[in-house]
Amino acid sequence: MNYRLASGGRMDRTRPLQFTFDGNRYTGFAGDTLASALIANGVHLVGRSFKYHRPRGFLSAGSDEPNALVGVGGIASRYTPNLCATQVELYDGLVAESQNRWPSLSFDVGRVNDVFARFLSAGFYYKTFMWPAAAWKSLYEPMIRKAAGLGKAPSAPDPDRYTQVYVHCDVLVVGAGPSGLAAALAAGRSGSKVILCDEQDQLGGTLLSESEAVIDGQAAAEWLARAIGDLSALPNVTLLPRTTAFGWYPHNFLGLCQRVKDHLGEVDSNAPRERMWQVRAREVVIATGAIERPLLFPDNDRPGIMMAEGARIYLNRYGAVAGTRAVVFTSCDSAYRAAIELKAAGVQVTTIADVRPSPKGPWIERARAAGIEVRGSTVVTGTTGHLRISHVDLVDEVSGKSETLPCDLLLMSGGFTPSVHLFSQSRGKLVYDEALKVYVPGQSVERERSVGACRGIFDLGAAIASGFSGGLDAVKASGGSPVEEATFVVLAESFGQNGVIGRPGKAAKYAGRAWVDFQNDVTTKDIELATREGFRSIEHVKRYTTTGMATDQGKTSNMNALGIVSQTLGVPVDKVGLTTFRPPYTPTTFGVFAGQSRGDLFDPVRKTSIHDWAEEQGAVFEDVSLWKRARYFPRRGEDMHAAVKRECAATRQSVGIFDATTLGKIEVVGKDAAEFMNRMYTNAWTKLEPGRLRYGVMLREDGFIMDDGVVGRMAADRFHVTTTTGGAARVLAQMEDYLQTEWSDLEVWLTSTTEQWAVIAVQGPNARKVLDPLVQDIDLSAAAMPHMSVREGHICGIPMRLFRVSFTGELGFEVNVPMGYGRAVWEAIHASGKAHDITPYGTETMHVLRAEKGYIIVGQETDGTVTPDDAGLSWAVGKAKKDFVGKRSLARPAMTSSDRKQMVGLLTVDPTVVLEEGAQVVADPQEPIPMTMIGHVTSSHWSATLGRSIALGLVRNGRARIGTRLTVPMPSGNVTVEVVRPVFYDPEGKRLDG
Amino acid sequence: MLLIKCPFCGPRPELEFSYGGEAHIARPQDPMSLDDEAWTEYLYIRSNPRGVHAERWRHINGCGRFFNARRNTISDEILETYMIGGSPAPVSEEKDRSPKGGAV
Repeated sequence: MNYRLASGGRMDRTRPLQFTFDGNRYTGFAGDTLASALIANGVHLVGRSFKYHRPRGFLSAGSDEPNALVGVGGIASRYTPNLCATQVELYDGLVAESQNRWPSLSFDVGRVNDVFARFLSAGFYYKTFMWPAAAWKSLYEPMIRKAAGLGKAPSAPDPDRYTQVYVHCDVLVVGAGPSGLAAALAAGRSGSKVILCDEQDQLGGTLLSESEAVIDGQAAAEWLARAIGDLSALPNVTLLPRTTAFGWYPHNFLGLCQRVKDHLGEVDSNAPRERMWQVRAREVVIATGAIERPLLFPDNDRPGIMMAEGARIYLNRYGAVAGTRAVVFTSCDSAYRAAIELKAAGVQVTTIADVRPSPKGPWIERARAAGIEVRGSTVVTGTTGHLRISHVDLVDEVSGKSETLPCDLLLMSGGFTPSVHLFSQSRGKLVYDEALKVYVPGQSVERERSVGACRGIFDLGAAIASGFSGGLDAVKASGGSPVEEATFVVLAESFGQNGVIGRPGKAAKYAGRAWVDFQNDVTTKDIELATREGFRSIEHVKRYTTTGMATDQGKTSNMNALGIVSQTLGVPVDKVGLTTFRPPYTPTTFGVFAGQSRGDLFDPVRKTSIHDWAEEQGAVFEDVSLWKRARYFPRRGEDMHAAVKRECAATRQSVGIFDATTLGKIEVVGKDAAEFMNRMYTNAWTKLEPGRLRYGVMLREDGFIMDDGVVGRMAADRFHVTTTTGGAARVLAQMEDYLQTEWSDLEVWLTSTTEQWAVIAVQGPNARKVLDPLVQDIDLSAAAMPHMSVREGHICGIPMRLFRVSFTGELGFEVNVPMGYGRAVWEAIHASGKAHDITPYGTETMHVLRAEKGYIIVGQETDGTVTPDDAGLSWAVGKAKKDFVGKRSLARPAMTSSDRKQMVGLLTVDPTVVLEEGAQVVADPQEPIPMTMIGHVTSSHWSATLGRSIALGLVRNGRARIGTRLTVPMPSGNVTVEVVRPVFYDPEGKRLDG
Repeated sequence: MLLIKCPFCGPRPELEFSYGGEAHIARPQDPMSLDDEAWTEYLYIRSNPRGVHAERWRHINGCGRFFNARRNTISDEILETYMIGGSPAPVSEEKDRSPKGGAV
């Protein structure tokens, strides 16, 4: 049998293409989909079902296809699982394979699941695998995951590029079927900026498979060609085939995914694989069409059972017949058209079983005239055939007479469901149309209108007319000038819209499982079980049975699931409710969402002007927010521990140099700058003289520490504020918030200067000796420039703000120079320090040195629940100040409780044991688990200086516990610690004033 | 993504903005004079309405200015944006967009 007809179809028969499916070689044509090419080769068996591993064939010809999911790609990096064979465009050399089967598609061991189906019913997860709990992770879950599932993830990184574009338009038309084309013509001719997108490779929708309709005196195909020609000629119209509008987001913002080169094969080219169009449309015309519903009857999922309209598309668009001997089961007229056309193409269409009592009308007469037997009140009660349907059982529901007919193709039609996904995503209200037995768009929320079949307008002429009107309406609403209404003369036999949802006829009395959701293997029995078990809300039924939750989002199944619930509960469909439609409409790649944001471009990288120097020295970097910071500078053969030990010793004994550029910096300027600082920080600023520094603590209004940093008063009306590296943006935002919205009367200006200053910390007893030869106009002596002072002058001739400040506990300076001079000045200081063996150190050493001094790091010692007093910073809170951000909160009872966690030092009794940061602290290790946790370790280091481990921690009422012993329980055993003051080195601070 | 009309720069996509929580909650003039309950009310209690919500936005990746907006939390429609310290339009002028979906 040749399944490809000698003529017909829109493929290019002059371009045959070779492809393989599960290793078998086949031939198709350019213009085929993988599905149409397989059907033309007589292949129907394409997959195994998700749970029961039942053999499955093609159900439809479009994006609603639930069964034919395949893996495509011969190159590991380009392998894509779970593609709809009905949407995969054929290219030469295409390699496809079936999924979820072992060892082969025709013999699948997993089929055993079907035998045990009664154990895999709705909610089996919750019922069967309750006990023992430990077996869940080790046994049940791996087993279920192995047995159930779809495709395999690709094993190599994606070599392709994905791009994103933002566009604005007056009118976006989604769907280029008859109504969408008409809408685009109307808007395009009116001069509006129009985008018309369609998920298929060609524009036209149902017109692509239309056989006999005549529009304006032209055959449908000719009219289509002319319409596309007209639209292409309009410079204000952008046509986007292969582009799925997958999601609707607020304010008419739509996500469109364009498949740019998948159809070209696995080729390397500069073109992106996919392009995300982020469209802000003034007005949207939704013309997304309708989806044919399957009928529910026992074993309705065998290969060879498909949608009537699907078979018609394969016939008319691809010149392929889906079988040789067909029976049709329908509830509406449209399937008659498919039957008549297939019969004319040579398929033996023997019988149409119509669930309606006595079907009448032109289509019925035409079918009979074509020699097809029509039976009313007749339903399918079962099918047989292992890998493909071989027989169908029919019952006349009036006479009770049954008959079994042979067939290799069973077409079905339960009527059409409008594709209301986008409308529903836009939060429009759906209303149930009792006559059509479907939900149609009701009240809008966004600026859109639905036209054609997605509004329940199924008649071709009416759909085109509604499209044109909708296009004009959109033009008007977007502020354009619409052209005149147009009339279209359409000659096409129309259908009465019937159809059923739920079980057809009296089917409930026939035994057997009927598949509702083919992809997720949900049957009528599962949904009935859910209702018996008390589920009433359709949202609960959905989650319990997983109906409508597969990658096809219930396109073919949602209405039938609703119908079953309605029939079982005896509640009208519109009272059952409807599940929520969520983006994406069809599966959308992570690649296109990520766009260029991958690899090195995932996040911006911030580097200091000294970065390259550190890199040349072999520094190891770490990420601190977006910054790259040198973590340590290993010398030959050193690990981090050895490098840090050396860097610490050098800084304590002579001098170290550290890149502190990443610290956030804000210039606070204005007449009221001091008053503003008084309000924003806990400290008192009024009396701080120009030329002096002060350590500042910023709280949130809830009283917890938000940030800290050293602040220099440069002038009466000017502060140089520093923040933590990660907190810079947050601090500036909080300052702006109060300044703009609470205290707009203050004359203050805030400027981020983080990127303007390179900051070089020179720390250690020899720091002054290193800097002195380089600084021209500042007296660095202890008397002239004491600890916590700031001077402006020059270093190596470059303007500088010099801070005398220490985060190490040693004599220290921080050299601030314009960013561009950072490296030059750094190298000059480094050269000047050679005599003192100046040692560059990284963040790791910085952490150890400051921990030895008990200096906190915001985010390390604090976690958003720590007050200044908790952190031992009461001295930094201006008691006399009437108000500052967070002050009132500090007076709340909970904030003054003695039971708060307070920062203390923790010294392990065994000095060689280094605690783990984050470890919990308990008072009584004998207490049964769960023990009362009274604190935790916030910082823990090996201190080479002290020759022992040190740790900081937050412990409940910790200051009162100083001198006592506590326990840190670890998996390896209990660690006894002594609670001490949180300053381990030079508690008098003598070294600061060196 | 919302389309937000910055009163200074005009309509811009949401990713240029940061959200600032409910609007018209003035910081008390003298916080220390408030009892714990009143302070808690100021600090933590928000109206969280289903419907029109006056809220603060900041055009952080644009002009940097804070402003107020009235947004319908059901539809996300932004009825108006206005300056900090300004007042929203009288509520009686509340307009609901006329339904369109079924009418074409």
